[in-house]
Amino acid sequence: MQRVIADKQAWSPKQFFLQWEWILLVVFIGVNIMNMYLSPYYMDFFNLRDATMAFLDKAFIVLPMVFVMILADIDISVASTVALSSVVMADLYQRGVPMEIAVVICLVVGTACGFINGLLIVKFKELSAVIVTLITMILYRGIAYVILENQAAGNFPEWFSYLGWGYVGEIPFIMIVFIAFAIVFGLLLHKTTFGKHVYAIGTNPTASRFSGIPVDRVKIIVFTLTGFMAAVTALFLTSKMGSTRPNIANMYELEVIAMAVLGGVSTAGGKGKMIGAIIAIFLVGLLRYGLGLINVNAQLQLIIIGGLLIAAVALTQVKRNKSA
Amino acid sequence: MAQTILRQRAEGANDQRAKWNINFREAGLLIFILVLAVVLQIRNSSFLTLENLNDLLTNTAILSILAIGMMLVIVTRGIDLSIGATLALSGMITAQTVSAYPELHPFAAVGLGTVIGIVCGSVLGFLVAKWNILPIIATLGMMNIYRGLTYTTSGGSWISAHQMPANFVNIATSKVLGINALIIIAIVMYIAAYYFINYTRTGRQIYAVGSNPEAAKLSGINKDKILWLVYAIMGGLSGLAGVLWVAKFASAQGDTAMGYELTVIAACVLGGVSIAGGVGKISGILLGSIFIGMLNNALPLLNVSPFWQMMIQGCVILIAVIANVLVKRNADRNHLLRRSI
Repeated sequence: MQRVIADKQAWSPKQFFLQWEWILLVVFIGVNIMNMYLSPYYMDFFNLRDATMAFLDKAFIVLPMVFVMILADIDISVASTVALSSVVMADLYQRGVPMEIAVVICLVVGTACGFINGLLIVKFKELSAVIVTLITMILYRGIAYVILENQAAGNFPEWFSYLGWGYVGEIPFIMIVFIAFAIVFGLLLHKTTFGKHVYAIGTNPTASRFSGIPVDRVKIIVFTLTGFMAAVTALFLTSKMGSTRPNIANMYELEVIAMAVLGGVSTAGGKGKMIGAIIAIFLVGLLRYGLGLINVNAQLQLIIIGGLLIAAVALTQVKRNKSA
Repeated sequence: MAQTILRQRAEGANDQRAKWNINFREAGLLIFILVLAVVLQIRNSSFLTLENLNDLLTNTAILSILAIGMMLVIVTRGIDLSIGATLALSGMITAQTVSAYPELHPFAAVGLGTVIGIVCGSVLGFLVAKWNILPIIATLGMMNIYRGLTYTTSGGSWISAHQMPANFVNIATSKVLGINALIIIAIVMYIAAYYFINYTRTGRQIYAVGSNPEAAKLSGINKDKILWLVYAIMGGLSGLAGVLWVAKFASAQGDTAMGYELTVIAACVLGGVSIAGGVGKISGILLGSIFIGMLNNALPLLNVSPFWQMMIQGCVILIAVIANVLVKRNADRNHLLRRSI
């Protein structure tokens, strides 16, 4: 499939405000107004702060997932990576390894999982990323089951719960870490050569290779980063839950992908912005929170989020068809 | 024009090579299966008994039925992540219906489930064909919706064995000529699918759309209709599988078959269906399904802890897929060598 890339167009207010990110922002504000209307306690700093804490743990994986999807790949093994790194950490701690070292090993395990994904995808190009990460998804979760069987592991030291529940002044620690990562990943995608390479590969891998972009290396780095961020999620999630089980973070991969897609990142590759994905994280999170406020049960929430996902993509699709 | 013809010729050559590769691939998988069978038989002599083989095939039947639909979807360059949810939804509604109307004929129950599945699949087909939504996104969204609907219709409760009439549960336990009904249904499905794919116009059009959508469109194939049809078939098969599943396990739950779509995709990939589209054979997915069914059947026979099963499954699939790629590369290289001579 060939795509023509238009020359950079002159800035026009119409084009600028018709961007997906603005639409998202409008919907986001709409959700907030709805929530305010539903509950008089909603627009309260402490309330919003705690609502945000509740969904930020998976948000860490959305950041690198944007890279993966711009590459026109997908990584469905992330939730299993979360489970494996979390389980390894808990198991080591139970066996007497100091928690500090276990935390480091958790990050190492996640990074290694991501690296293996990247390596397999690059070495066996006949298999697409869907297949490779599908298999490693079964594999990583399987290893987690081998380690912990059906047990839960917990009883972490006091300081570990600070990750998920601690505050710096009035701001949750998890929020600060997320903002820091979001800035780093945003800059990496939009302001560095590496980011440009990612867009180029997603738009046309062959042309990218011929223009001297180290396609394989970029892919491996992106998947390794995804593994690392999955481990970061594992840390915060485990800390928040206070214990871990092999089935932790079940189906997270789908929520993460849904957030990225809602954020305007195309699975066809080459398109999407970090800010869109970040707005989408908060949009979905606060929408869920608002629906919870009016006692919409989890099942109906599933339906609403699924419908939102389809509506969002259908809307962009219609827009594109019109402009084409 | 000349260029087009040349390209077509080149593609023709590619096709033949691809055909050869698939045969090679199936042979590889078959050898893999046979070796596994021999090893299993040595380790546990009860493996190659009629009873166990009947069990194995019964447990594989639902997987293999779903694999047919998934292959068609993947052949058109799509993927369907919603089948686990569709299966659960149709299974749940059917189970509720039969528990409310116990005198309902089992065939009517099967028909009801299939129709629900077809409706679910048609919605997806519409989204993919008419609205041009990428299949992975459309099915991801609809998966959430169908799963949510399953929970909503059930109100979070289960339908368990004592609520189901005996003749409904019998769908999955009755035997014809000593062979379980599920196996018979799967065999009928495979024969029908084989005929449909290889000997009907629509069947061939599915492959045409998958291997070159542009060319298919130019040659007058109604691409939208084919896409829609493929997802409707997938939905129908999921609906059928939902009824069989509920009858077999004698319980319908909100989380029935959660994540099962991935097992089905794994069976297709093992069977040589290419995610790039246009490639896939009935015999391949049959072997792929049997292979996965064998793994599930074998590990308990070898007294492997259930907690090891998932990892072993992952490892074996990984090895099989990589071995496949390496064999194929080798074959391609030999082809090139032969050509230059």
